[in-house]
Amino acid sequence: MEASLQMEFWRNGPQPGALYNFPGSQIWNQNEPTKRTLYPSVTGTSVLGLKFNDGVVIAGDKLGSYGSMARFRDLSRVLKVNDQVVVGASGDYADYQFLSEIIEQRVIEEECLNDGFGYTPSSLFSWLTRVMYNRRSNINPLWNTYVVAGWENNAPFLGYVDKIGTAYQAPTISSGYGAYIAQPLLRDALEKKPNMNVKDAIETIDRCMKVLYYRDARSLNKYELAIVTKDGVEIRSPVTSQPNWEIAHLIKGYE
Amino acid sequence: MEVLNNRGVEDYQTAGPKQSYFSPYSFNGGSILAVAGEDFAVIASDSRLSEGFSIHTRDQPKTYQLTQNTVVGACGFHGDVLTLIKVLKARIKMYLHEHNKDMSSTAVAAMLSTILYYRRFFPYYVYNIVAGIDDEGKGCVFSFDPVGSYEREPYRAGGSASSMLQPLMDNQVGFKNLPKQARVPLSKEEVVKKVRDGFISAAERDIYTGDEVVVNIITKDGVEVERFPLRKD
Amino acid sequence: MAAVEGPMPGFSFENCIRNRHLEKIGHKAPTAYKTGTTIAGIIYKDGVVLGADTRATEDTVVADKNCSKIHYLADNMYCCGAGTAADTEMTTQMISSQLELHKLNTGRKPRVATANRLLKQMLFRYQGHISAALVLGGVDVTGPHLYSIHPHGSTDKLPYVTMGSGSLAAMATFEDRFKPNMEKDEAMKLVRDAIAAGIFNDLGSGSNVDICVITKDKVEYLRPFDEANIKGKREGNYGYKRGSTAVVSTEVKKIPFEVVATQVVSGTEAMDTA
Repeated sequence: MEASLQMEFWRNGPQPGALYNFPGSQIWNQNEPTKRTLYPSVTGTSVLGLKFNDGVVIAGDKLGSYGSMARFRDLSRVLKVNDQVVVGASGDYADYQFLSEIIEQRVIEEECLNDGFGYTPSSLFSWLTRVMYNRRSNINPLWNTYVVAGWENNAPFLGYVDKIGTAYQAPTISSGYGAYIAQPLLRDALEKKPNMNVKDAIETIDRCMKVLYYRDARSLNKYELAIVTKDGVEIRSPVTSQPNWEIAHLIKGYE
Repeated sequence: MEVLNNRGVEDYQTAGPKQSYFSPYSFNGGSILAVAGEDFAVIASDSRLSEGFSIHTRDQPKTYQLTQNTVVGACGFHGDVLTLIKVLKARIKMYLHEHNKDMSSTAVAAMLSTILYYRRFFPYYVYNIVAGIDDEGKGCVFSFDPVGSYEREPYRAGGSASSMLQPLMDNQVGFKNLPKQARVPLSKEEVVKKVRDGFISAAERDIYTGDEVVVNIITKDGVEVERFPLRKD
Repeated sequence: MAAVEGPMPGFSFENCIRNRHLEKIGHKAPTAYKTGTTIAGIIYKDGVVLGADTRATEDTVVADKNCSKIHYLADNMYCCGAGTAADTEMTTQMISSQLELHKLNTGRKPRVATANRLLKQMLFRYQGHISAALVLGGVDVTGPHLYSIHPHGSTDKLPYVTMGSGSLAAMATFEDRFKPNMEKDEAMKLVRDAIAAGIFNDLGSGSNVDICVITKDKVEYLRPFDEANIKGKREGNYGYKRGSTAVVSTEVKKIPFEVVATQVVSGTEAMDTA
């Protein structure tokens, strides 16, 4: 009925007396229930993690995307929790900032006790898994994937938690597009060289970040690197990977 | 796909934040298989954790030891699996401290049923199989649906390849569709062999089953774990 | 109207309206075999190397453990297919036949650009409803060429391309290691590793690696090139002994029939045994 009665005042225009409905936007409806973060706005792309012989390394680039816009070019998505734990986040940046403030406050409170205890990678990982799962159960998720890396019991630790509370530990981890692009390279590298040292690991991660920069449209070649060993946490930022566009000149025309 | 809407042209989608809808559930694949023997029970799972067309990790077995002689196999949505196992372990610990004894396998099964039904209207998306030794010292297997219906069975398959493993076990362990030839109770070794071979076959045809099969052999003395490789593709 | 008519050329759209109605009231269309697939190709020093995995899936079940995804187009051209198995097979067969006719008409070796045009124009005509994602490679008088063709008919001409659900894994391998003007062995190893990345990291791809090397005057079709996965060895023997099928009851019945007529012909004419 609507279609036949529609007056084509102008194409895609509003009905007479109605408000203009901009394409892609939603009509504000008073009767709708309150909305939670059910979609991300400023986002960070993949975080990669790799265990090596005497430590673990994680990396995430410094881009904050606003939809398809490369909005911020110097955002940090790697959080040093203490001398044995770092966390990397992809997904909604606001949710990451919210959670990182909570983590920082908890670390301060923990230090105030001065009992010699602090967050271990596994304890933070366990807590984070519960937070993410409980938020999803209230249909109020934190729209992030977190990669927890650290050093514990004389061994490296690397864990993954996503916005619905799926969590696991693995020797190589990639979130976001990295799961499709970087993960195959990381697994292959680790299989070929199961006993990597720091240098090998950093080199492998750099290779992956470069490939992600080539192929992930929401990425940047400027990234942040966190290395955790028994000696503590080292954060390198910014690290710039040098892309090679030589083959671009080989491509001429389309037929 | 509709190319034209009733206004003549398709709505033009502007660039900007894109709406992605939130689903609190996911399916992470994996298969479990349990067989009850005379004085033992065997429960096995593969070790692949996947989502969509990707493998999260090749080393996440889906069997969890709860007491000295109770092991639960749980697969479906891994977030719910982790939570459920945490709840189970906590409740079993509380029982231990209250009664100064381990919970029996049959009691674990009964408790699991109530824990699952508690979330009847926002279910744990988990398929559970409990294997252990009952109060008479016999092997036992209990299978569950995600909202708590459960039943004791001689053998049971669950998870993504259950529709391949169950008929195989019906024939090989339940002796279905076979003449009344010697239906002798199977030994531990024979059961492990059949379970292992079942997983090898399931890994051939189910894309969510693979990497490794972890077999738990439960006796009154405890749990023995054996691992065998599977296809990794 | 003749009793038996040959089918009309082109697709039959007879049931489109009926099917749309059925779908609206909740019936599902039958699922077709998809080749989840990793396919890839690169240009090297003197030709093209194409590669493919060999898994075909139907939802989450492996339908074919060793299917062939590198299709013949012409003597100097092959085409890897991903998407709906039937679409990739029929599309490549149709274009192959057109290329053969074109060859007979012109008396020349068909060019890869010609195959590309034929494929993209056909796919564009069907607006993406033919789910064929192709990697086309070959060598003609103008040298080696490699194209990727999307189901809607767009094409890319690049020195290395990948397609299918494992395309990202394979492309990551190429982005990491591709160099222009590689030697043959190096190029084959790279394609193998790209396909293997898809096989191991993408659940839609699996089993073996097939490879096809095309040069100016030779084609090497290697199937399988590499068995990336060795099948697990089962310990038990699952054959059934004779008599495993239970005999519920036995009854012997005479089949009644009537002899209608018998005729014995003899001696009038010798049988023709020529």
